[in-house]
Parts: sequence; C-alpha cells; structure tokens
Amino acid sequence: MDVLMLSRLQFAVATFFHFIFVPLTLGLSVIIAVMETCYVRTGDEDYRRMAKFWGKIFLVNFAVGVVTGLTLEFQFGTNWSRYSRYVGDVFGSLLAIEATLAFFLESTFLAVWVFGWNRLSPRLHALSIWLVAFASNLSALWILIANSWMQHPVGFTLRGGRAELTDFLAVVTQGLAIQQFFHVISGAYILAGFFVMGVSAYHLLKKQHVEFFSKSFRLALGFALIFSVAEIVQGHYHAGEISKIQPTKLAAMESHWHTQAGAPMHLFLIPDEKNERNLVEWGTIPDALSILAYHTPKAVVKGLKDFPKEDRPPVALTFIAFRVMVLLGVVFVLLTVIGFFKRRKLESSPGYLKIMLYAIPLPYLALQAGWIVTEVGRQPWIVYGLMKTEHAVSHLATSQVWLTFIGFILVYSLLGAAAFYLIGKFAARGPEPVAGGEV
Amino acid sequence: MFETIWFMLWGVLWAVYFMLDGFDLGLGALMPFLAKNDTERRLIYRAMGPFWDGNEVWLITAGGVTFAAFPTTYAVMFSGLYSALMLILFALILRGVTFAFRGAVDHPAWKRLWDGCLVIGSFLPALLFGVAFANLFQGIPIDGEGIYQGTLLTLLNPYGLAGGLLFVLLFLVHGSLWLAVKTEGALHERAAATAAKIWPALMVMAVLFLGATRRFTFLYDNYLRQPVLFLIPALTVAALILTYVFIRKAQWWRAWFASAATIATATLFGVVGLYPDLLKSSLSPAYSLNIYNSASSPLTLKIMLGVALTFVPLVIAYQVWVHFLFKEKVTEAHLAEEEAY
Repeated sequence: MDVLMLSRLQFAVATFFHFIFVPLTLGLSVIIAVMETCYVRTGDEDYRRMAKFWGKIFLVNFAVGVVTGLTLEFQFGTNWSRYSRYVGDVFGSLLAIEATLAFFLESTFLAVWVFGWNRLSPRLHALSIWLVAFASNLSALWILIANSWMQHPVGFTLRGGRAELTDFLAVVTQGLAIQQFFHVISGAYILAGFFVMGVSAYHLLKKQHVEFFSKSFRLALGFALIFSVAEIVQGHYHAGEISKIQPTKLAAMESHWHTQAGAPMHLFLIPDEKNERNLVEWGTIPDALSILAYHTPKAVVKGLKDFPKEDRPPVALTFIAFRVMVLLGVVFVLLTVIGFFKRRKLESSPGYLKIMLYAIPLPYLALQAGWIVTEVGRQPWIVYGLMKTEHAVSHLATSQVWLTFIGFILVYSLLGAAAFYLIGKFAARGPEPVAGGEV
Repeated sequence: MFETIWFMLWGVLWAVYFMLDGFDLGLGALMPFLAKNDTERRLIYRAMGPFWDGNEVWLITAGGVTFAAFPTTYAVMFSGLYSALMLILFALILRGVTFAFRGAVDHPAWKRLWDGCLVIGSFLPALLFGVAFANLFQGIPIDGEGIYQGTLLTLLNPYGLAGGLLFVLLFLVHGSLWLAVKTEGALHERAAATAAKIWPALMVMAVLFLGATRRFTFLYDNYLRQPVLFLIPALTVAALILTYVFIRKAQWWRAWFASAATIATATLFGVVGLYPDLLKSSLSPAYSLNIYNSASSPLTLKIMLGVALTFVPLVIAYQVWVHFLFKEKVTEAHLAEEEAY
C-alpha cells in the first residue's frame, strides 16, 4: 500500500473509532442534564442517583471520545498537509474556533461536575452538566460546519494556490451545515436514547432496580421517539440539499446510472459498478426519486453515467451504507412508537425489552453508515469539486505511516477493549444503593 | 501587523500550555518516585484530577491556532515532525484515558497497567516537546517544497536532546511543586524535597542551554538588534532563582508561580528569538517559513483575533474560578468521598 491508501485507512480508523464514542457523549450529556434538572426541581433522590449512575458510564465514554479527537486535529497536519495548506485559511479557523469556544468549556466544567457534588449547590451543579452538554453540542456544530465546507465549499476565493476566506457568514450559515448539524445531533440523541433504554431493559428483564430503570427507560424513550421521527423528516430535506450540491453523491446513494426525468426508486437493487448498471432492480416505484429529491414527479435526476468515471464515488459502498442507514432509521421509529404504547407496562413486556437490549448496537451502525455515505460519497474529492483526495496527502515515507497505522490499531484496540469492558461493567452493576441503606 | 499579533499570540498560547500542562506532565512522570503506596498514588491523581484536561485543551488550541493563523507552517511542521508528533499523540491518548480508567477496576494489575501509561504518557510528551521546540529554534531540514528531509533521529541531535532534557527538568520541578502545594504530610515532604533536589540540575541545564543556544541557533540575533529584549531571558533566570528562594522558604504557591513564570518566559525567549520565522529551514534560509509567507488571509486573522480576544479571557476567568473552587489540599477524605481513582 502507498502513503495515500495508508493515510486514508488510518484516517478512517481514527474517525470511525472516534465516532463510536462521540454520539453517546452528545446525547447522554443532555439526558443526564435532564435527569439532574428533575432532581433539582422535584428533590426526588432517584433522579440524583440516575445522574450519578449514567454519569459513570458517561465519563468513561467521554474520555475515549476526547483523546481520540485529539488524533484528528493532529492528522490534518501530519498526513494531509497539502490539504491543510490549501484550505487552512477557512478550515483551520473553524477548528480553532471549536477548541476556543467548546473544548475549554466542556473539559473544564466536566471536572467541576465530577468533583463538585459536595461543593456546589444542586442548582449550580446541574448547571455544570448543562454547560458540558451545551459545549459538546457546540463543538459538534463547529466541526460539522467545517465538514460541510469540505462537502460544499462556499465563501472563499482561490488566491496564491489556496482557498482564502471571503465570507465567514456564508461558511457558517450555509444550508448543508445546518442540515448536517441537525442530522448528526438527532442521530446522536437517538443513539443515546437507545443506549439508555437498552441498559435499562437489561435490568428490567432481571427485575432489579425496577423503579429506577423504568424511569430511565421512559425518559430516554421520550427523547428517542422525538428524535427518531424528527430524523426521518429532516433526513428527507437533507437528501434534497445533497441532490442540489453533490449530484454524484445522490446518484451513488441510489445507484442511479441514467439521467432521466421522473427517476424511479427501487426497493431492492444490486449495483454492478463495473458495467455501470444495476444487476437486479426490483420493486420499482416510478418517479419516486424525482419526487424525493426535487418534490416534483418529472424532475430530472442526473445519473452516474453523466459524470466522468474518475469523478464518481465508490457506488456499492455508498449505496449500501445509505440503505442501511435509512432502514435503521425506520426501525428506530417503529421501536420507539411501540415503546410509547408499552411505556406503562414495561415489566410485563419481556419480548420488547429483549429487543431493546439487543438494539443497542443498531444506532451505532446507523451513524457509522451515515458517515460512510457522507465521506465515501464525497470521493474522489476531499473538498468537493475543488481538491481531490490524492492531491491532499503529505510527502511521507511509507514505513512511517505503516508504523503509526499499526500503532493506531494497537492503541485503539486496547482503548476499545478497556472502554467496552468498563461501560459494560458499570452498566451491569446498577445504581448506588439508596441513601439510608434501603435495598 | 495582524501577522505579528498572531505570532505573539501563538507564542503566548504555547507558553501558557507548557506552563499549565507542565505541572501535570511532570507530576505524572515523577509519580513512581513520589508515591510509596496506592493511597499516595491516588492522591497524586487527585491533585491533577480537576485540572489536567483543561490544561490539555491549551495544546489543542495552540495546534488549532497554528492551523488557522499559519496553515503552511502547520502543514509543514506537523508532517515534518510526523514520528515525534505521533509518539506524543499516542502518549497523550494513553495518559488521558488513564484518569478515567484507573479507578474503575480494583485489581493491582489493572492499576499497574494504567500507572505505567501515566508515567510514560507524561514523560514522553515532556521530552519530545522539548526536543521539538529546540529543533524549531535550531531549524529543521525542510526543502523548498516544504518536505522534511530527515528522520526522527535527525531531531535527536545534541541541541534537540538538550532541549528535551531541559523541558523534562522544568516540568519535574513544576510538577513536584504542584504536589507540594496540593498535599500535606509525608507526600508533601517528599514532593518538596524532590523539587529542591532537582532544582540544581535544572539550573545547570538552563545555563548550558542558554549557552548552547548561542552556539547552535541564531536566536540571539533578535536580542542583539533590540537589547531591551534581553529582559525576557533575564526574567527566566530571575524566576528560576526565585523558585529556589521560595522552595527554601517553604512558600509553595509562590515557588510554583515562579516555576510557572520560568517555563512561560523560557518559551517566550525562544519564540521571540525566532521572529519573524516560524519554521526555520536548516537547508537554506530561503526555504524558511515565516509569518509573511505562511500566514492566513487578513480576513481570517481578523476574525480569529476577534474570537480569541472575546473568548480566551472568558476561558481564563472560568479556569481560574475552577482553581479557587478546588483550592484546598487533597486528602484521603476526598478520595473516600469521591471514590476517585
């Protein structure tokens, strides 16, 4: 393998691993903040125990998210130096703003929360976790603005062999950035909701801490239900935005080869990239793609064949990832709607609880699939239409990158194993006993 | 104009980072020598607990600002120092999770594993940051294309290693002083004695380094042009001596602040000497990256300045507040109550 391929693999490993932990941080911080707010408002000791119990899991998860995020900032410079030089004027400032506005707030007030239980008034203590939740979501906003600029560069001019910022507002308020933010945030909230429901289901199935985990489950259910539904609606508009600005990605998402008015959708198909067609197309819905993308049945949707071969993303991977994401999105709505009707009789619904326990990995899968659509679907561009990935990589010795790539695999394996073990352990252990010694 | 302001801010950010993270890197590296049992180890963790992560964000910010204000320098520096930076990165990763993982399982082997990560993860960055900065002062072999023409071993030259050793000693003193501030009893005594013991070595190393800087770099050129600038290294030496004075007087907070001033002014000494270069090429001065040929556009620099001037004071304010919130010495009562580490 050459430096380009190794660097791509290394970046893929680093980002996907990072994003195993980030969404739970984004969502669980809000859920814990809600729990602690309930405690402040009602004085119900259970809510304080809930904040503590989920907080323990949160801390392990947060730590891995933070340290693996450090990697990404380094890697733009180490492995993608030509990219960094080319876009630093726009992209670098977004990262720096993210650090200044969000990372300081997040890490400082997390420490306040962890060590402040007996030092701060309950109100101030709850405020500190709200600040953590706010800051981590704010950091998501800035990094997604930065990513959106790679998907759809705006507000810049090419000067002296690089992209220079001309309109900061255009960069931070562009439609795709807003869409991506709500899409990722909703996804993260779904994931956190399912995580809390799954762990709660485990205990409810064992008939332990029933009151405690019923409350946790219902709180998370409300959260997940709202965002599962919102995600579907928002996802629809998100795809519409992509059809406007990244036609190659849209075509790859649907494995759509021929430009046509009234483009159909196929419920089932098998892409055949080599021969630029689909091997099987089944369950065809006429005009559906045109309607979904442009809201009119006869709209023209450009097919992959209308783009030069070297400008197309890998079709099969983008297509499959998109299908997996959408399918899971529908599953989340179904499961949370079912949960809504069972919310008062959770203990007597072991079948449903079991499904929810085993559903924990599904949002993880959906979110990773979503990123495959976003990032693989953007290929061969690193900045869509502006710079190709192959032109972005650093001049490095292959051996150097091999060594660090292996290093990442080893270090991340250790991290992953330890983190999953600890999260599993804390989750299974259950909450601290009620103050006063009652079991 | 904006380039110069950002150059100064860039230097200040690194100075603040070393001044803050320096104490927890030094303390982490010293842990096996300072702690005699698990309780003492936990006290050491707890002494850094509320602060280390906030300290490390200054590194992310310094890196981010390099990217934003001087993207070409960021690109050439980070790809050129690839192996060294990756080693720092792995070290910081393992060290970072240690704080969350260590106390989670009550088993000696588990704790030993993460204690090892803390020690190595603290020592390596201290050493490598020193090596890296000494090499930046000296210049590294980058060609006209901004491609690094050396290896990791190129960086381990005498001056680079001297820089590494200097950083390690600075941080060790800084870290043991922090522990002296934060603890009482036997652990405090040991920390205080350690600071006093390492200080002479640091003094010798500092003098040697200042001398070697004349032999191996052009940093003094700026100082000879503007002799008033000699105030900076003079402050470094004064702060270093004051550190010892306060150690002798057993005034630990003051000693720590003097040590912090030593680290900050030592960093600024190098940065001021570099101006207007950010990354000197040892192959040819024509290949050097400076604030003019590697800065971002004036618009980006202006926006970033607005962001920095608004939010950095805010960050400083709440980080100082956190220090007041957790100002008391750490005791076993804290460990029991918080189930920490």
